[in-house]
Amino acid sequence: MNLWRTDNNPWGEEVLIGISWDLMWLAIGVAVLFLIGHAVWLRTRPAETHEVPSGPEAAAVPEKIERHSLGARVFHWIMSVAMLALLVTAFAPVIGWQFPWVTLHWIAGVLLIATVVYHIIHAIGWQDFWSMFRIGASEGAAHVRHILSSKAPAPPKAGKYAFDHRMYHHAIVVTTLSAIVTGVLMMVRIDTPFFTRNPYLFNDATWGIMYVVHGLSGVALIVLVAAHIYFAVRPEKRWMLWSMINGFIDREKYLEHFDPRKWDVSGGSTPSAVEGGSGALADASVSARRDD
Amino acid sequence: MAKIRDMIPAFELLQPTSLEAALELLDEHREEAWVLAGGLDSFDWFKDRIKRPSVVVDLGGVPELTGITDIDNGVVIGAMTSLTEVERHELIRSEYSVVSEAARHVATPQIRNQGTLGGNVAQDTRCWYYRSGWPCYRAGGNTCYAAAPQAMNREHCILGRSRCVAVNPSDTAPALIAVDAKMIVENSGGPSVYDAEDFFIGPAIDITRMTVMKPRDLLTRIQIPATWANAEFYYEKVRDRGSWDFQLVSVAAAFRKSGDVIQEARIAVNGVAPYPVRVEAAERIVAGTSGDEETANAAGEAAIEGARALRHNDYKIAMMRNLVRRAVRSVA
Repeated sequence: MNLWRTDNNPWGEEVLIGISWDLMWLAIGVAVLFLIGHAVWLRTRPAETHEVPSGPEAAAVPEKIERHSLGARVFHWIMSVAMLALLVTAFAPVIGWQFPWVTLHWIAGVLLIATVVYHIIHAIGWQDFWSMFRIGASEGAAHVRHILSSKAPAPPKAGKYAFDHRMYHHAIVVTTLSAIVTGVLMMVRIDTPFFTRNPYLFNDATWGIMYVVHGLSGVALIVLVAAHIYFAVRPEKRWMLWSMINGFIDREKYLEHFDPRKWDVSGGSTPSAVEGGSGALADASVSARRDD
Repeated sequence: MAKIRDMIPAFELLQPTSLEAALELLDEHREEAWVLAGGLDSFDWFKDRIKRPSVVVDLGGVPELTGITDIDNGVVIGAMTSLTEVERHELIRSEYSVVSEAARHVATPQIRNQGTLGGNVAQDTRCWYYRSGWPCYRAGGNTCYAAAPQAMNREHCILGRSRCVAVNPSDTAPALIAVDAKMIVENSGGPSVYDAEDFFIGPAIDITRMTVMKPRDLLTRIQIPATWANAEFYYEKVRDRGSWDFQLVSVAAAFRKSGDVIQEARIAVNGVAPYPVRVEAAERIVAGTSGDEETANAAGEAAIEGARALRHNDYKIAMMRNLVRRAVRSVA
C-alpha cells in the first residue's frame, strides 16, 4: 500500500502529487470495521442504565427542552449536505462513477465555508462558545475506563455536550479546517469566479504538501462522517437525531443523560436548587435557555 | 520539447488475428495493455519514452476491423480502415462526402495510408506540455501548465475547459458527429453503441481520457446511418501549415434542405475544446431558414456563446464564429 503519489516536475525534481488512493480504501475499510465492530461490541455489553432523578426537581423540568435552535439546526443540515456533496464529488470519481465533479466540489466547498463561518460567528456571539472546548480529562478517563470494563462506574453525566461529542467536534474542526484552508488555496489552480488561475502561487513541493493535507483530511472525514451517521441512526441515540430535526428533547432524556448543574435549562435558578437538594429544578413555564 | 531517442522501451508485442482474440487479450492485460492501430500516435509516445506500456496489442492482423461495408441503412467502417480508404471510397465520397473530405485533410498521404479512422478519432491530445511528459492533470498530476498566466497556449481550448485546456486533435471527429455516426465499442462483455458526440468526453468527466473507452474497450466499427446520406455538407479546416498540420479550428456540417429551406442541420467544431463540440444552438437558429447572411451571423454568434480565451488564443473565438458562419452560408 502506498501512502502518497509522487512525480517528477518539469525541473526533474520528485514532488508530491497527492495521497495514494489506497488510503481512501483504507478509510472506507476502517469505517466499515469500526461500525461493525462497535455494533458487535455493544451487543456484548450489558444494557446501560442511567440514574433518573425524580421528585419535585425533576417534575419542574420543562416537558420539552430546546436542545438546538432553528439556526443551529439549519446550519447543521446545510453543512451535512455540503460535507456529503464534498465527499461524494471527491471520491466517487476515484471509485469509477464519472461525472463533472470539480465544479460541484468547489461549490460545495464554498457552501461549507459559508456554514462554518456562520457557525463560528453564531457560537461566539450567541452560544456558550467555551462549553464545547472544556477538556474534561477526568471525564475522559472515566469514559475510557467504562469502555474497557462494563463493571467500571458509569462516567459522570455531561453538560450539554458529552465528552465523546466534544472530542468528535475537535476532530471535525481539525480535519474540516485543514480541508478548507488547503481547498481554498487549491481553488487558485482551477477556474472559479474568485481567483485568477495560477499554478505558480507556490512551488511544486508546497503544492504537493497542500494536496496531501487536503487528501488526508478527506479520507479522515470519510471515517468521521461514517461514524457520525452511524451513531445518529443507532436506536439508543436516535433521540439526538430527532432533536437535530425538531430542536427538542423531552424531560426524561434530559434527566437521564444530562447533569442539570452543567446544562442549566432553568434560566439560572437550577444550580443552587440542585446542590441544595430541594426546590424546583426549573419553573415548568420557563422555556429552556438556548445555549446550543 | 520532447526528447526523441533512438530506442523505444521494450514491451511485449501481442498480435491477435481475430477480434475475439484481441478482446480476450485486452481483457487479460487491462491497464497494462496499449492498443496499437496505425501507430502514428502510439510511436510518438513510445519514442519519447513517456508512455511505457508493458504490453502492446497490435490490431494490424485483425481482419474484422478493416473495410467499408454498405448496409441497408447506411455504411459501416471498420475502425482499422485506413484514412486513405475512407477518403477514396466511392460510397463515402458520393453519399457522405464530409467524412471523406475530413479524412483527406488528415496530415499527409503517407500518414493517411498508415493511419486508421479508429486511431484518428481515438488519438490523444497534442498539448505539448502533456506530450512532453510534464506531470499535468491529464498525466495524473495536479497542474495544468498550459493554463498558467505564462503558458504558451495558442492552440489550446476556448470552450469546455475543466482544469485541462487541451483540445481534441481529430479531423474526422466533427465530420462523424455531423453525419450522426454511431461508434461501436466492444469488450469481452459485449458491444456498446455511442453517438459520435457522446463518444468523446471532456476533462470534467475524466481528465485522463478523451473518449468513453476504458481499459478492455476497443472501438471496432463506426456506423454512419443513411439518415444524412446525400445531405449538403461543409467541411473546413484551418491550420498553420496547409501541407501538414493539426487543425487550429475545423468545422463539419450537414444540412438537410427542402427547396430553399434548411429543414435540419448538424454542425460540429473541433480544435476549440477538449472534445469535438456540437453547436446545437447554431443548429436551432439555422433550422427553418434559408441560411442567409443574417442567419449565418446569428449562428456564428451562438456558436461562440460561453467561449473564453486563454492568454494566446483569443483568435480562435473569431475563427470559430467565422467557420460556423461560412458553413451556414455554404447552403444559402
